[in-house]
Amino acid sequence: MSRSTLLLLQLLVAVVALAVWQFLTTVPVFGKILLPPFFFSNPIDVGSQIVKWFSSGVIWKHLIITLWESILAFVIGSVAGVLVGFWFARQPRVAAVFDPYVKMINALPRVVLAPIFTLWLGLGIWSKVALGVTLVFFIVFFNVYQGVKEVSNTVLDNGRMLGMNERQLMRHVYWPSALSWMFSSLHTSVGFAVVGAVVGEYLGSAAGLGYLIQQAEGVFDVAGVFAGMFVLSAFVILIDFGVTLVERRLLVWRPTAAEGRG
Amino acid sequence: MADTAQPAAVALDDATVAFRVAGDRVYTAVEQASLSVAHGEFVAIVGPTGCGKSTLLNVAAGLLKPAAGSVKIFDQPLAGLNRDAGYLFQADALFPWKTALDNVAIGLEIKGAPREQALQRAQGWLTSVGLGAFANRYPHMLSGGQRKRVGLAQVLIRDPKILLMDEPFGPLDAQTRQIMGNLLLELWNADRKAVLFVTHDLEEAIALADRVVIMSAGPSARIIGDWRVKLPRPRDISEVRMEKDFHELHREIWSVLKDEVMKGYAQSTRSAEAG
Repeated sequence: MSRSTLLLLQLLVAVVALAVWQFLTTVPVFGKILLPPFFFSNPIDVGSQIVKWFSSGVIWKHLIITLWESILAFVIGSVAGVLVGFWFARQPRVAAVFDPYVKMINALPRVVLAPIFTLWLGLGIWSKVALGVTLVFFIVFFNVYQGVKEVSNTVLDNGRMLGMNERQLMRHVYWPSALSWMFSSLHTSVGFAVVGAVVGEYLGSAAGLGYLIQQAEGVFDVAGVFAGMFVLSAFVILIDFGVTLVERRLLVWRPTAAEGRG
Repeated sequence: MADTAQPAAVALDDATVAFRVAGDRVYTAVEQASLSVAHGEFVAIVGPTGCGKSTLLNVAAGLLKPAAGSVKIFDQPLAGLNRDAGYLFQADALFPWKTALDNVAIGLEIKGAPREQALQRAQGWLTSVGLGAFANRYPHMLSGGQRKRVGLAQVLIRDPKILLMDEPFGPLDAQTRQIMGNLLLELWNADRKAVLFVTHDLEEAIALADRVVIMSAGPSARIIGDWRVKLPRPRDISEVRMEKDFHELHREIWSVLKDEVMKGYAQSTRSAEAG
């Protein structure tokens, strides 16, 4: 299939889906509207809501807040994950002692922490950042831990025979290996940073995409809920695209970097 | 050729290597091996699969400590890693996240050489192993033979006094092995380092080495033979195999090695059945 046919078919799916949606919510079939507009809105209303958000500029404030929360959650969670992952991998005893607790916290559905974070950190961005951090941290932590543990013994021995001391082994062997594992989970961890931010906003906040959706839901504005969802998906796709670019740059040395996650 | 006036580059004296396996059982890989490599001498160790050839090499490298016996490097007892040795591993040992050039330069960089200078010399070494145009490739973009060339440059750029090689050309195809063998001899001829070369290929051993040492089948492998190869140098690997002396020596050594290979084979099939 050529590129243009593919693009055409992909567009066709969207057009058909929107048309069916519009049809079922506005035109009666056998004297009855199958999708009540009160619950399903319709694409034109949703579209005009999105246009209104952007033309009035209200949306930018919310987008920037969500973006900030995601970035902070990602950075803090990653740094903490890398440090602790390294520490545990290099100190098997520490890892063994903390193992059950790590498993326990990781098993906990993170949403239940949201109320606590709101109590501790208030309704501002930090309670959302904290929720994102708990999600990102574990992904990065497990990957870095694995990355350090699975460094090939031959490569390590080679480093030693080439005269590397522990610090140099860290820099030239463990660190790149751990980073490569971390980067291979970049899509997942960035995605979770956004999830943390949006869910946190949804559960209680004064700004952000989650807040926007929650507000619309509160006044039964279904068009607003859908509009928020569309903006959110577009936002995540953009971020994911950015991650792909970064990944391509950082993992050039990996044979699978090109294939990556299809 | 081999300089006997100087202390031996590597001297193993009654070295025994044992591993603890499954609880209290001890597996003796190598028993009372005595071996010395003179300054500038090329010694090949040949033995059946699983006889502990690599173990012996790891002892000389300081990666393994013998349970008994002593290891001396230029008359100094070896403590920790052997800092005079360069080690070419059997498996891929290049840093996959570094380019060929960076892989070669690293040995100088960690010694504190300025990066510019390290890269310049690395480029020179890549050229002398025939990979001058591949400096910016990552290891996964290179063929098996090319990776071995980078590995060779990576080791030689540090100018080690001793070269330890563990079946370095094992995974390569026959033609590439010959080419690599000739490259190795050419590079070695330039400054004649002491070489300890492990292989299971007797022909390769005779073609390359000044001395061929034969090990018995493991466990508790011993050194059971030591032949001097008197073929003239410089040699061409593919041509030297045609010579009469080569054949005679090959027949002589093979008559000893054959039994061990059969023993080793029998053991490996038996343990495979048991497992």
